[in-house]
Amino acid sequence: MELMAIFISAVLVQNFVLYYFLGICPFLGVSKKIDSALSMGLAVTFVMSITAVVSWLINNLILIPYDLGYLQIVSFILVIASLVQLVEMFIRKISPPLYQALGIYLPLITTNCAIMGLALIAALNEYSFVETVIFGFGSGLGFTLAIVLMAGIREQLDLSDVPEPLKGAGIALIVAGIMALAFNGFIGMLT
Amino acid sequence: MTELLVPILTMTALGFLFSTGLVLAYKKLKVEEDPKIETVNEILPQANCGACGFSGCRAFAEAVVRGKAPVTGCPVGGEETAALVAETLGVDAGEMIKMVARLHCRGTTEAAKSRGCYSGIPTCYASHLVGGNKQCSYGCLGYGDCVKVCQFDALYMENNGLPVVREDTCTACGKCVDACPRNLFELHPLTQEVLVFCRSEDRGPMARKVCTAACIACGICARACPDAIVMENNLAVITDFRKIDPEKIPDIEKCPTDAIGRINKEEARDEG
Repeated sequence: MELMAIFISAVLVQNFVLYYFLGICPFLGVSKKIDSALSMGLAVTFVMSITAVVSWLINNLILIPYDLGYLQIVSFILVIASLVQLVEMFIRKISPPLYQALGIYLPLITTNCAIMGLALIAALNEYSFVETVIFGFGSGLGFTLAIVLMAGIREQLDLSDVPEPLKGAGIALIVAGIMALAFNGFIGMLT
Repeated sequence: MTELLVPILTMTALGFLFSTGLVLAYKKLKVEEDPKIETVNEILPQANCGACGFSGCRAFAEAVVRGKAPVTGCPVGGEETAALVAETLGVDAGEMIKMVARLHCRGTTEAAKSRGCYSGIPTCYASHLVGGNKQCSYGCLGYGDCVKVCQFDALYMENNGLPVVREDTCTACGKCVDACPRNLFELHPLTQEVLVFCRSEDRGPMARKVCTAACIACGICARACPDAIVMENNLAVITDFRKIDPEKIPDIEKCPTDAIGRINKEEARDEG
């Protein structure tokens, strides 16, 4: 039951984008088309899941036993950067069009605060290994859900009559705000 | 000493671990590119103008190597480039007809009457938004939007208020076609001699009133050459220039307003 709560909390209630406001740059940058938003979400989910696992291993097998807690941030960054590099190579190999569609936002996953935030929050909450895996995967799914919903709304927005001054980033941020409001409603689920 | 060594060793070990992993992954996932793409890319003019329909010279090179674009697809490089590309890929280039942009208006400042004094932003686009500065609502506005977008220096403004295309430098990239708010440019084969130099769909008397070089839809040209020229919306239209009988050209040139005729004749007039 505890694991289920962590999972639901990561996907819906404490959604990284809409609750913590982490990882906003790809959320706004790659949410113009559902396909590329979904791919971005999956890439982030992949990086998040593996980051959660590897950073837990580093944190609990190396840093804590040897009293090296102060190396947490720098070693997590190393993990994330290497993983993103790997994902970039992988996507470039299997799908050049996707590589082009994600553009600069793909390497920017490296400095995506959602992923760093995930590693740090997991360490802070002292999750067990299984809990960390669930938390990492759930957070990734939460990010994917948020970005795909956003892309769906923005595809519709392209066809609607948006007031001239709000076109582009303005309406996107307003939509993001309304989505955050809606997601706030899930808080009741866990109490 | 250990206090210093442990973190250094830890970070070194981690760094070593991850970079080894990345090196191994890179060997597996390296993207093998056809070296021909680079060779073709170097042959191309690097104008990145997009006239070929791809997002740049490199994208075109990739498409050509994959067989998704014809070797003659680059209008900027013309026959020379096509031949080199064909040689690289070991295929036959075939024949390439050179295209040039042509202006479909002869409404010089003398010929076309002015509608008033326009003192807004000096671009064709802005002028067009408020209806233009000429009484003719189809003619060239003369602010040279086309000259500004031309990357190849193939257009210049003549003193008579109309842009002139330099046939030898024009690459038919189509930038001017897009830039003209009145769609007065069109790409034609260099070999096409006869053109309609008017886009006015006004009725004859009205067209004549606002511009002395307008097509007044009298139909003389269409009667001289019914296979190739038809009248549409008060305007002569050449449907297929190949069907124009060279012997009939003098009949076509009986046009009372010179709105249709040979191109060379216009050039001679520019020089004079």
